[in-house]
Amino acid sequence: MRYIDTKEIERSVYGAAMRAGVNLTRSCRQALGAAYENEDEGAAKFALGELLKNSEIAKEKGMPVCQDTGMAVVMLEIGSDVCLVGKPIYEAVNDAVRAAYADGFFRKSVCDPITRKNTADNTPAAIHVEIVPGDKVAVTFMPKGFGSENMSALYMLKPAQGTDGIIDAIVETVKKAGSRPCPPVYVGVGIGGTFDGCAYLAKKALTRDIGTHSDRDDIAEIERQALKRINELHIGCQGFGGKITALGVSCEWAPTHIAGLPVAVNIQCHCVRCVKEVI
Amino acid sequence: MTELTLPLTKEKVKELHAGDSVMLSGTILTARDCAHKRLAEYIKKGERLPFELKDAIIYYAGPCPAKPGAASGSCGPTTSARMDGYAPELLDLGLGGMIGKGEMSGEVAEALKRNTAVYFAAIGGAGALYGNAIKESRCIAFDDLLSEAVYRLEVENFPAVVAMDCHGGNIYAGKRKNV
Repeated sequence: MRYIDTKEIERSVYGAAMRAGVNLTRSCRQALGAAYENEDEGAAKFALGELLKNSEIAKEKGMPVCQDTGMAVVMLEIGSDVCLVGKPIYEAVNDAVRAAYADGFFRKSVCDPITRKNTADNTPAAIHVEIVPGDKVAVTFMPKGFGSENMSALYMLKPAQGTDGIIDAIVETVKKAGSRPCPPVYVGVGIGGTFDGCAYLAKKALTRDIGTHSDRDDIAEIERQALKRINELHIGCQGFGGKITALGVSCEWAPTHIAGLPVAVNIQCHCVRCVKEVI
Repeated sequence: MTELTLPLTKEKVKELHAGDSVMLSGTILTARDCAHKRLAEYIKKGERLPFELKDAIIYYAGPCPAKPGAASGSCGPTTSARMDGYAPELLDLGLGGMIGKGEMSGEVAEALKRNTAVYFAAIGGAGALYGNAIKESRCIAFDDLLSEAVYRLEVENFPAVVAMDCHGGNIYAGKRKNV
């Protein structure tokens, strides 16, 4: 048994949040650079060029790369040989988020769903905990903006719809979203599980580096086919038309019920921000 | 690339066409979801708005807080479609135009034509770039709304694209292929 004080997790989440608010992931910067090179002249290429400048200014000045510094999504994979001591883990994570959003001059975007009153410190975070084998704690911090979150969707397909149905659902979601989620988008897809679990798989898919593929050949093929068809939509950067509508499609899967085929499509804008650390 | 100084004259607005890349300098006002809801309440009650709307350009944005010594925090555009219900009425009351991201409705397109106004698309997600283009920022209404309050911004070289013009041109129309 390894004892870990939750203060260590608090420190890790704080540091990850501070870095995530300012920096795009390396794979995102690379994908945007490639998109700029490949795009034809016009408004979309102009916008891609400004986005590359934007990520440089953010890094140089320590400013949030996007003003929507998101809801704080925190995924914790806690080893079953770990015993957490100190303040309760949810409290530690929320304290870290509160401090980082103040110290980083990040926007506080969390509010009551009915009264719309802002909680003023960007808490609570959306915290997901998984118990995994081992004696480590893996922390993933992803600020999730809502321009893109709003364009996400969940489908309960019929098993007979199969692979074609899955790809259609992914493409249809991006098509319906049009210019609203800040394309070029990164598309996280959950396949299988239950209604709730499927949505979580889609969110988890977004923590993968852009351009990586599923270990399963059949699922990697869904990722490739869906990306190809999305880019044939010609929505383009910011909806200005063009060849690059998505930077990538990542699918995570889980076994599901014999009567169902849940598919969740979680849209991420071109500001992919995700920091991972292992304690 | 066209350099434009705000506010725009109607003659200038008529020269703008969907797809034009522009650099804006001058004064703009931020307002997003909650500020629009409040403006609509003022209008419904027949009360005077807390700021001058005539020829103003509203930027659909909610900035990050400014660091000490900086004029503004990151401040990119938010999705304009959520303001579809409010924009036509504000345009009819004299609003000169809007800046946001993404398509707006047919009713907005009609109101832009009717009032010789323009809708610019800023580049969504370029928060640091826009924060840097803001040289002065002052909260002028609804300060309790935090990032959703109305700020008067002085901007320099603020990149945007004409998205919907006063002639019915729309950058989002007809570009897509049906797959």
